[in-house]
Amino acid sequence: MKRTLQKTLIYMILTVGALFILVPFIWMISTSLKPSNEVLIMPPKFIPSKLMWENYKIALEAAPFKTYFKNSIIVTVSVTLGEIITTILAAFAFSRVNFKGRDIIFTILIATMMVPGEVLTIPNFVTLSKLGWIDTYKALIIPWCASIYSIYLLKQHFMSIPDELYNAAKIDGCSDFKFLWTIMVPLAKPTIVTLIILKVISSWNSFFWPLIVTNSKEMRTLPLALSAFTNEFGTDYNVLMAATNIIVLPVIIFYTILQKHIISGVSKAGIKG
Amino acid sequence: MRVIDKLRKSNTFKGLLYILPATLILVAFKIYPIIKSFTMSFYTDFDYLSGEVYKRGFDNFQYVLSDPDFYLALKNTFYFVLGAVPLSIIVSLGFALLLNSNIKLNSFFRSIYFLPFVTSTAALAIIWRWIFNGDYGLANYLVMSLGGKKIKWLTDPNLTIPILVLFNVWKGMGYKIIIFLAGLQNIDKKYHLSAKIDGANKWNIFTNITLPLLSPTLFFVSITSVIGAFKIFDEVFVLYNTSTGPLKSGLTIVYYIFNKFYRHWQFSISSAAAFVLFIIILIFTLIQLKIGKTKSNY
Repeated sequence: MKRTLQKTLIYMILTVGALFILVPFIWMISTSLKPSNEVLIMPPKFIPSKLMWENYKIALEAAPFKTYFKNSIIVTVSVTLGEIITTILAAFAFSRVNFKGRDIIFTILIATMMVPGEVLTIPNFVTLSKLGWIDTYKALIIPWCASIYSIYLLKQHFMSIPDELYNAAKIDGCSDFKFLWTIMVPLAKPTIVTLIILKVISSWNSFFWPLIVTNSKEMRTLPLALSAFTNEFGTDYNVLMAATNIIVLPVIIFYTILQKHIISGVSKAGIKG
Repeated sequence: MRVIDKLRKSNTFKGLLYILPATLILVAFKIYPIIKSFTMSFYTDFDYLSGEVYKRGFDNFQYVLSDPDFYLALKNTFYFVLGAVPLSIIVSLGFALLLNSNIKLNSFFRSIYFLPFVTSTAALAIIWRWIFNGDYGLANYLVMSLGGKKIKWLTDPNLTIPILVLFNVWKGMGYKIIIFLAGLQNIDKKYHLSAKIDGANKWNIFTNITLPLLSPTLFFVSITSVIGAFKIFDEVFVLYNTSTGPLKSGLTIVYYIFNKFYRHWQFSISSAAAFVLFIIILIFTLIQLKIGKTKSNY
C-alpha cells in the first residue's frame, strides 16, 4: 500500500515536470495555427477553432527563409565535417604517434579550455576583418572547425583501443593512415557519433558568433533571422510562432530520430569531461 | 634529399602533420586571441585599421572598474548565478533521483526533459516572451485563474532576474538530469543494500552514501553551471527584444562586453571587461576546485 502511494506520487511529480517542459512547446504549436482573432483572447484557447496553415505560408513568404535555411545548413554541415576530420587526425596523433613536444602541445591546448569564448570574440573579429572574411561563410565556418574538447574526448577513446591491434596491423604492412580510418574510426564510432550530434545542435543554434560576424541578410542564419523577424512581426504572434516552429522543427526531428544516441552520448561526455 | 627523407620517416614530422589542421585553427582562433585580448586591453590609444598602437596603460581597466554600468552588470550577473546554479542543481538532482527509482516510462520522461536543451535559445526565448506577455500571456492567465492580479512580468525590473533564472532552470534541467543519472547509475548497488540491512532510512542513505559517491558528478555539474551562468547573454538579448531589460535589470557582464564592442566600437574597453570576466570565472573555478578537493570522495 505504501509502495503504490509512493509510486503514484513519483509519477505525479514527473508528470508535472513534463508538463512544465511541454506547455511552452504546445502553446507555440497551438498559437502558430490560430486565426488572428483568437491569438489575443482571455481566457486563452489551446485548441484553435480553425487550423490556419496559412500562417506558415505567410511566415515563409515574409522573410527570406530559404536563404537562412541554406546558410544554416551549409554552416552546420561544413563545421561538423571540418571538426570531425581535424579531431580524428589530431586525436590519433595525440594517442598513437610518439613525437617530440606532444605532451607539451596537448597541455597547452587543454589549458586554453579555461578561457571563456567571449574573451576571444574581439581579437577574432579583428583577425577576420583583416582577412576580409566578415560577412562570408569563412567567418562562420573556419574558426569552429577544431575543438579541444572533442580532441580530448576522442583521444580518450582511442587510447582504450589495445596496442596489439596497432602492432599487428603494422606487421601486416598497414600504413598509419589506413589503420586510422579502417580500424580506429569504426571502433570509436559511438564517441564520434556523439561528437557529431553535439556539434550539429550547437552549430544550428549558435547565436552570439553569427550575430557578430555577419551583417547582411544574405549571410544570416536561422536563429538570427528569427530575432530580426520578431521586430518586424512584434504583434502577429501567430505568424511569429509559425516562424519559430519552422526553425525549431529540424532540430526536433533530428533529436527525435537520434535521441537514444544523444542521451547516452551526453552522459558519457559529461562524465569523462 | 637525405635529410628530407629522414624527416619524413621520423615520428615528429608525422605527428605534427596529423595535428596540423586542428592546431592551425586553434592557434589562429584560440591561442593567439587569448594573448591578443590580454595585450589589447592595455591599449589606450590605437588605430584599429592600421593596427598601430600609440599608447598603453591601465586606463581601460580603470574605466571599466569605475563604470557604474559595469557594477550593475556585475550585480545582475551575480544575482543570476546565485539564483540559477543552486536551483537548477537541486531541481535536476531531484528529478534524476525520481527517475532512478525504477520507473516505467523512464526514457520517455528523459526525452521530454531534454527537449529544451536541443532547441535554440533564440526560439525558446520568443515563446517565453509570448507566455509572459502582460495582457494576453499564459502566465498571467494562470495567475488570474488562481485569483491573483495581472503581473507586468517583462516590464517590472524586479522580475527580470527571477524570470531568467526560471528560464535557465527550465532549459538546462534535461542535460543536468542525464549527467546526474549517469552518475547515479555508476554507484554500486551493494552500498545501498548493506545500508538498508543496517537499518538506515532513505534520508540517511541519501546523505551518507548517495551524495558523497555522487560528488564527482555534482562537482562537474556545478563547475560547468557556474561558468555557463556567468556567461548569460542570448536569453536576455532575445527575451527583452535586444534591450537590456527594464531599467537595465538584464544588463549582464557579457551584455556589457557586447555593448562596448558591438554598439560602441570600444574594442579595448570591451577586452578589458572580458578579461575581468575571465578573472572572475577563474577565481570561482579555483575556489570550486579547492572545495572539490577537500569534499570530493575521489
